[in-house]
Amino acid sequence: MWYLCVFYHRLLDYRKPEVEALAELFGGGGSPSSHHRLRWKLPEHHHPDSPFHFVDLPSEHIARSIANRSILVKGIYEVWGEGSSYEELEEAISCYPEERKSPYLVACTTFKVNIDSFGKAVSSGVQQERIQRLTFIPFKGRVDLRNPQHKFWLMETDDYGSNNGLPPMVQKTIFFGREVGTADRKLLPTYQLKSRKYLGPTAMDAEMAFLMANQGLADPGKLVYDPFVGTGSILVAAAHFGAMTMGADIDIRVVRDGRGPDCNVWSNFKQYGLPEPISLIRADNNLPPWRAGLQEVFDAIICDPPYGVRAGGRKSGGRKLLKGAVEPYTVPDDKRAGHIPSTAPYSLVECVHDLLEVAAKMLVMGGRLVFFYPVLREDEVAETDYPEHPCFRLVASCEQILSFRYSRVLLTMVKIAPYTEAIAETARKMHLDFKENHLKWLEEGNLHSAVFTPIDLLSDSSGDSKLWKELKPKYRGKYV
Amino acid sequence: MKLLTHNMLSSNIKGVTAGYPLLIEPQITTTTEVPINPNFLRHIFPKLDYSALVAAAKTLGFSDLPETAGVSDLEDEGFLKRFHHALLELKLEEGALVCPESGRRFMVSKGIPNMLLHEDEV
Repeated sequence: MWYLCVFYHRLLDYRKPEVEALAELFGGGGSPSSHHRLRWKLPEHHHPDSPFHFVDLPSEHIARSIANRSILVKGIYEVWGEGSSYEELEEAISCYPEERKSPYLVACTTFKVNIDSFGKAVSSGVQQERIQRLTFIPFKGRVDLRNPQHKFWLMETDDYGSNNGLPPMVQKTIFFGREVGTADRKLLPTYQLKSRKYLGPTAMDAEMAFLMANQGLADPGKLVYDPFVGTGSILVAAAHFGAMTMGADIDIRVVRDGRGPDCNVWSNFKQYGLPEPISLIRADNNLPPWRAGLQEVFDAIICDPPYGVRAGGRKSGGRKLLKGAVEPYTVPDDKRAGHIPSTAPYSLVECVHDLLEVAAKMLVMGGRLVFFYPVLREDEVAETDYPEHPCFRLVASCEQILSFRYSRVLLTMVKIAPYTEAIAETARKMHLDFKENHLKWLEEGNLHSAVFTPIDLLSDSSGDSKLWKELKPKYRGKYV
Repeated sequence: MKLLTHNMLSSNIKGVTAGYPLLIEPQITTTTEVPINPNFLRHIFPKLDYSALVAAAKTLGFSDLPETAGVSDLEDEGFLKRFHHALLELKLEEGALVCPESGRRFMVSKGIPNMLLHEDEV
């Protein structure tokens, strides 16, 4: 059945993939190996960035589950009528089947009508006036403004001109619908990083962590792994949704006490009354400590790998790799206990290669790999430019613009083929190639300089690149 | 570190072929109460090395697990509870994990095992 799905107007690329992931979680979306996706429809005359979309969901129960668990769905509604004027709307509502309306209008129920206007604030006087126009609907129940059983929404969008940063609207649309479910945005102030006990410089923002956990289908009974766990911000979101978690990091911050015995990664979970991770390990994802033959243990791997822009990745090896022909450094026995192994820079290419390998091996069939991948905005990045692996199918790519020059894209991949010996062999060869040609791999695609070089050194002679045109966008598009 | 993770870890030092299972030298062990999830236990059981789990649990002071067990034992609530306890409720806070072949010790401090290899083990 078609429902109206109204999104919060932010993180535009993330909106539909979240609903599709949750549809799969709650049984409405078909399996990832079939290419069955949800059916979406734009209201007439609406721009694809509009917050209003129709979606076909199998039942109201599934629609409610999706909405209530989501972060970006302002509401899912059963539409009783739509029109470009109040006369058209009244006509449409009157024609809507009685048997769909009457259960929600009966005398023994409570209800409330909310007014919403996208892109424009509406005074309470105007709101009252609009509510009055709905008196033709035979509401027999009692009004309860605090905690009504049924919530109705009268939503309006209009053509507000093109200079205000909102998606272009061609004409006014009015919807009237019954609320089926809404996102619980109160999660965000509860989990906001501002009040997090122990933070690191790359701790994942709470809203984004929840979106990642939704893309990964975190749920009770599932085991979620983060190989770049840092201060645990992504695992906190997964734990909130009931998953069991495990994390690893090469960085000593995972091991250190933080700022005291009550200020470390473990206390980040205690702070919210969440079960702590099964384990945190100090380990190198380039040389993981897993036993041979261990496969298909994790239901999801959700992480934010280091891309070398604000935080550079490290891997084991240190001085031996950098100096090439120097004899391997042997730690004197008396120093072994406290020795902190030197590490070498870890290029993005090798980091992502290792991540895909670990995921291909350790994820169950149908399990999800969700991770951020950085892109330079001046390159036209097509889906084919994203990392690939024979065990995975890409199901979503969501761009978040970080600066004038670069974005990060949240990639969601599903494991569709088992990890074979042939794949392992290819990986071993690649691992050796990275080791042998260490410097070459470091230089290729070095993002740090591309992002931080002063701008006049970057512009080409014509000064006419795509980015310059966007300097003062009239329509903000993905900048929300 | 809980025993589910210990069951997955091995010493991958260059040249070592029999680095699993790691021997445990416990100094401080704790027990936490974790809600039991039978579905998860049934899903994870086939992936584990059960005998390694039994041995590890014994080193941490828990000897109530049967020496062998099969998938059908998971239907027995008594076994499920003991399995759950060994896998997810026992925690090693301080101690060491020892490579069975080379004797190299991986320290466990504040519940976190350090599995990083030194420069000459890579």
